[in-house]
Order: sequence, then structure tokens, then C-alpha cells
Amino acid sequence: MNATSTASDASGALMLYRENGQFKTSYAADQQLLPIAQDRWFMVALIAFCFFAVPLIASDYVLRALVIPFLILTIAAIGLNILVGYCGQISLGSAGFMGVGAYVAYNLTVRVPQLNFLVVLLLSGGSAALVGIAFGTPSLRIKGLYLAVATLAAQFFLDWAFARLPWFTADSPSGSVSTNPIELLGWRVERPVDKYLLVLGLLCLLTLAGKNLSRSHIGRSWMATRDMDVAAEVIGVRPIVAKLSAFAVSSFYAGVAGALWGFIHLGSWEPAAFSVTMSLNLLFMIIIGGLGSMVGSFFGAAFFVLLPLLLNRIPGMLGIDLSTAMKSHMEAMIFGGLIVIFLAIEPHGLARLWAIGKEKLRIWPFPH
Amino acid sequence: MKMTMPNSIGWIAAAACAAAGLASTAAAEDAKAAKEQFIPLLVYRTGPYAPNGTPWADAKQDYIKLINARDGGVNGVKLTYEECETEYKTDRGVECYERLKGKGPTGATLFDPQSTGITFALTERAPVDKIPLMTLGYGRSESQDGQVFKWNFPLLGTYWTAADVLVQEIAKREGGFEKLKGKKIALVYHDSPFGKEPIPLLEERAKLDGFTLVKIPVTAPGVEQKSVWLEVRQQHPDYVLLWGWGVMNSTALKEAQATAFPRDHLLGVWWSGAEPDVKDVGEGAKGYSALTIQYGAGLSKVQKDILKYVYDKGQGTGPREEVGTVLYNRGLIIQMLSVEAVRRAQERYGKGKPMTGEQVRWGLENLALDQKKLDALGFGEMLKPLGTSCIDHLGASYARIQTWDGSKWVAGELYEADQQIIKPMVRSAADAYAASKNITRRTGQDCQS
Repeated sequence: MNATSTASDASGALMLYRENGQFKTSYAADQQLLPIAQDRWFMVALIAFCFFAVPLIASDYVLRALVIPFLILTIAAIGLNILVGYCGQISLGSAGFMGVGAYVAYNLTVRVPQLNFLVVLLLSGGSAALVGIAFGTPSLRIKGLYLAVATLAAQFFLDWAFARLPWFTADSPSGSVSTNPIELLGWRVERPVDKYLLVLGLLCLLTLAGKNLSRSHIGRSWMATRDMDVAAEVIGVRPIVAKLSAFAVSSFYAGVAGALWGFIHLGSWEPAAFSVTMSLNLLFMIIIGGLGSMVGSFFGAAFFVLLPLLLNRIPGMLGIDLSTAMKSHMEAMIFGGLIVIFLAIEPHGLARLWAIGKEKLRIWPFPH
Repeated sequence: MKMTMPNSIGWIAAAACAAAGLASTAAAEDAKAAKEQFIPLLVYRTGPYAPNGTPWADAKQDYIKLINARDGGVNGVKLTYEECETEYKTDRGVECYERLKGKGPTGATLFDPQSTGITFALTERAPVDKIPLMTLGYGRSESQDGQVFKWNFPLLGTYWTAADVLVQEIAKREGGFEKLKGKKIALVYHDSPFGKEPIPLLEERAKLDGFTLVKIPVTAPGVEQKSVWLEVRQQHPDYVLLWGWGVMNSTALKEAQATAFPRDHLLGVWWSGAEPDVKDVGEGAKGYSALTIQYGAGLSKVQKDILKYVYDKGQGTGPREEVGTVLYNRGLIIQMLSVEAVRRAQERYGKGKPMTGEQVRWGLENLALDQKKLDALGFGEMLKPLGTSCIDHLGASYARIQTWDGSKWVAGELYEADQQIIKPMVRSAADAYAASKNITRRTGQDCQS
């Protein structure tokens, strides 16, 4: 295909991406999540594609090794983004909160096996939220890097607790736990497709909830606190409510993601699965993806989950015979390089690039 | 109508499409092969455990090359392989497993994850995919009970047999088990499932023999152990058992030297007794003893064959001088047992045919390698005869003590683990696992299949 035809195809398609003639006649229409009709159609098609087409075309490998971890980490990234991106409270303890979710879910399924898994998820998210509130209280006095250090302490404390307190692992001598298949009202979530659909459904619900929360008065109080906490207090935002609710909501997401990571993705895990490395990765995900942006959480998680695997496999796909160690070193080097390049091009992350792209499309082909 | 989704989910679709494309090209390549047996190799040549992971991985590949070059495969079935780097991380290991399990005309032969953490994660998946797991000298100790763990094969040793042999060695040095009473033994362990595995057995033996067990965890990867050895100094144990892997071992030996803990009272598991662990410490590690699975360092017949058929032709995977080191030899033993499982399976399911994972599982469960067969394979000096069964997935539980003399490992006495103590513990742990997973013990009939 030559350049001209690409351009004309594109212009034909892109001319469609404009809101001329779409008049809003009510406040509700004006305030909806996707005010542009094309976006709405795109979203319907996309969701339909994810729910109906992906299970048909994706192989087990793609689902189990790529898509499921990506979806679960997206949930965790959204949670962390609520705290860091929307409320401005830096946290290095998110993997610890994921661990809380995972271990609470494990204990519930072991000790109360008749419990429905969705209830288990809610309770593990709820417990993580409580722990999050407890470790979030220092945020009322300290800010910025100091808070990051305080949350790092939370991470280390939780790591210690999972490794040392035998209650969490139901007295497993090796310190690792393993889960049983999940059953939801007769639906046995065992095949990769079932797992995928469960995680996808939850992700959609949680994304929707997170997006709506961030647009509600509570989300506005988070953003006011982030932008200037003194000014926020002056206009009547109570910092204790704003900050602790952000910690609670964020940890709830992390808890749910942790339970899914343990039960759906790993199946069996050791405390190291929720180590500080995971916390740092989640923080990098939202920084690369875009702070304070839902779509940024998706981009960030994809960047961190899919890109390394892709880089690892590119030499093989191109037929270049590299040693296993060399491939692994290349993966690390190129991945690190890409992080630097993307942040140099756009410090506000991939979400900002996406927004710029959309903005350009709306005025294309007649930029002012 | 009010739309309620941000358009971000588009990324999922894009990602899924890209990935689906990758997978399908890989599948197409495999379809051509017919008389081939695919052996997946999970390795770690990078990361904190690379010095130990590399000779192990090299040996596994070299043995495959040897079988293809010298024997033309197993009864004419060529062995193929692909490596996948796990960096000793559980999530990467799971990805590698998913990537490789379906390759080759009959899928993956078996998996040797080279990591206890990955083994735990794969134990849940292997029965579903019908691929056996071989965990020679590591993994879940209770998985030697083949009636519950149908797909796990901790051949030749588990952490419970290792711990038992180490206590036997201490008893021998002290002059009998009754002399252990009142002694204090410290376990300095890698804080992970790998390091925690021996604890139940050591606790049992402590009760039985009357010694005190002090447990001192080391945070992985174990480069910082100052506080650990301070605690060892305060506790003043008679012996220290070292349960480390990778850089943790050499660090421990250096710290033992720095705190003047006598090295001849320091005993390591078989993953703490290879050249990379002691080389940097050199004279400082003199007198340190560690286990090895029957055979330590040295060139026996099979290594000479590898030098002749693989290295002399320029096909060697690693450096030539690495052949015959402790972990290299262990890699050879692992790969030999994998290949013999395939051969055994062929005897039942058809000679000269590629075997499925399910058939290889039968082969692993019915291994019978007597001295004659081992001699023919070139392993006569390295291994004692072994045989597996439905009840016993271990095969043999011998382990040798070897001592570092400052420049090389010197082989010592060979012990057999005391199954009187281990068997009941295995049984009760396996029963507990079976109860939590709703598995019923395999009966005589299932054992035939």
C-alpha cells in the first residue's frame, strides 16, 4: 500500500471522528462519560470484541500468559493511580496491599469454603482497604517523598507478616500456599477462557466505578488535595476524608487485584510474589502510562506485562539465533531504553500521547 | 443512551490480537516435525542465580546433543529443545511453561523448572495439561508419594532426605545419635519455600534426637547477611546447616569466615555445594562440607563422551572447562533420567515414536536402572541403581558428603536417608494435600495406567 492511499483512507475514516452536529440537549447528555458518539460506538464494539471475539481467537497461551496477568495488573494500576495520580499521595506499598487481598482470600476459601468467590473478593478488597486506611494515616501529617518512605515501611511490614506469621498461610510449612479452582454459582472457573471472562468482567466494573468515582465530588476532593492541599482545605475539603478515602479505594482495588493474581494467575504463590519489586513496577506502570488517567493505567500495565515478553521473542520471530542469556540482556536494555525514550518524549505518560493524538484527529485535516 | 466505559479497553483488544498472531506463527513451525521428542528447558542464565543456573542449563543441553550425535536420538526419535529464561522468577516461569508446553509433535516431554517456587506454581497446572514435573533434589518433599502426586517426580532426593542425611553426618562426627542430645544446630536458610522445606523434618529429628533447632532466615537473594551471622554468633550453635542458593552461599561462607565460625562445622545442602559457591572464598572455605546427589565433581564416562561427540565438534553449549563441575554433572543426571523415561515409555507405547507427556509420566514411574544399564549409559560410577514405582517417586535417597579442601571438592561418605522417619511424614503431608485438593489416593489399578 502506498503512502497516498494510506493517507486518503485515513482521512476518509478520520473525517468521521468529529462531533459536528452532535448537539447536547440535556445536562446528562453533556456530562456522560463519552460525549462523542464515535467514541461510544467504538467502545461498544470494543467491549463486544473483548467478550465475544477474543475468547474465540486467542490461544490458551495468549490468555494465560499475557492477557490475564495484564488485566489483573491493570486493576492494581487503576487502584494505585487513584491514590497517586488523582490524590497525589505517593505509595510504595501497593504490592503489600495486594498481598493482603490475596492472603485474606486464601484464608477465607480455606476456612470458610462455602463462601461465594465474589463475596471473597469483596471481603479481601475490604480488608485491604482497612489495612490501607491504617497505613494511610501518616499521610495526614507527611507528604511527598516522606510519605513514600512511610508506605515503604508498610510494604516491608506486610512482607514480614506474610512470611513469618503462620496464620496467613494456614500453617503451610514451606510458606507457600496453593488454591483450589473457583466455582461461581455452578460456573467452574477453570479453563483459561473462563478465567479471562471473569477477570475482564471485574475489570470493566472496576474501571467504570473508578472513572465515575473520579468524576464525583469525592474525586474532585482528591484532585483538589493533590493540586494544593492548603487551598483545598480552605474551600472546605476535609483532608482526613479525602486522603483516607483515596487510600481505602486504592487499597480495595489492590486487594481485589491481589486476590485475582493469586487465585487466577498464579494458583500457588509464596510471599515473594508480593514483594517491593511489584510495588515499584506498579508505580512505574502508572508513571509511564499516565498519572491521573484511567486509560494510562491500561497503557502502563500493557507496557510492563506485554512489552518485555514481546522483546524477548522478537529475535526468535525474526529468525535471529541469540543465546538465551543474550536475549534476556537485550530485553532488559531495550525495555529500559524505551522507558527513557517515552518519558523524554512525553513526561506525562502514554495517556497524554493518546490524548494528543485524539485531539489532533478531531481537528484533522484542518489544523488551525 | 448513557455510555459508561472509557475507551481505554481498546488496549486489551490490540494486545490480544498481537499476541494471538505470535502464537499462531509458532504453532505453524511445529507442525512439520514428526519423529521428534520436544524437551523444554527452563533456565536462568541471568539474574542473581545465574552462576549456578548456567552450568546446570549447559549440561542439560549438552546431553541432548550427545544423544542425538552419538545414538541418533532415542530409538531414532531426535530430541529437540528450546530454552526459556525464567530469571528464577515464578511469574516468568509460568509464562515459559505456557509458551513451551504445546511445542513439538507430542507437546512437552516433561518440565524441570529448576526452582522450587516455579514448581509449586506448576504443580497445580501439570495434572490439567498432563505433563510430568521432574524436580531432582528439590520441590515439594511430600511429592515423593506418587499415589497423591501423580505428576511430580522428585527423583533421587528431596529436602527431607537431604536434611536427614545431614543430621546423620553430624551424628557420625559426634559419635552416635545419642550424642546429639543437648546440641544446638542452626539452620541458616533462604527465606522462600526452598529454604523452609527442610524445617518439618529437622523439627521432627530435633524431637527425636534431643537437639535444639535454631532457625535463621536470610532474605533472598542473600547478599546481606551481617545480622544473620551476628545471630549465629550470639546463639553459638554447634553446627550450622546452610540452605542457600546462588550468591547467598558464597556470602554466607565469607561471613562465617569474618565471624570466625569454624567452617568444618558448617554443612550445606546439595544446592550449596558447587564450585561457584566456594571459588571466591577459596582457602576461607576450607573444611566446609556440603551434600551432593551421589556424585560431585569429576569426569566419568559420560562426560568423556560429551567432550568427544559434542565439544570436539565445536557444539559445546558452555566453556569446555565447565564440563565435570558439580552442577554440570547434576544437569547431566537430570537430563539422562528424562531421556531414560522417554526410552522406558517407548518400550511400552511403541519404539521409535515420539511420546506424549502422559506416556513419559508412565516411563518416569517405571524407571528401572540397574548397574548394567547405568554402566552402558556412562553413569556407572556416578549413580547407584534406582527404581521408581507408583508409591515411590523418589527412586533412591542416597547422598554423598563432599568437603572443600581449598581448591577442589573431595568426595566423602555416601549415606542413605532414613525412610523410617521420612515415610510417615510424607504420608501425612500428602494426605493433607489430598484432602485440601479433594484427591483420592491412586489405587492399584490406576497405578497400572
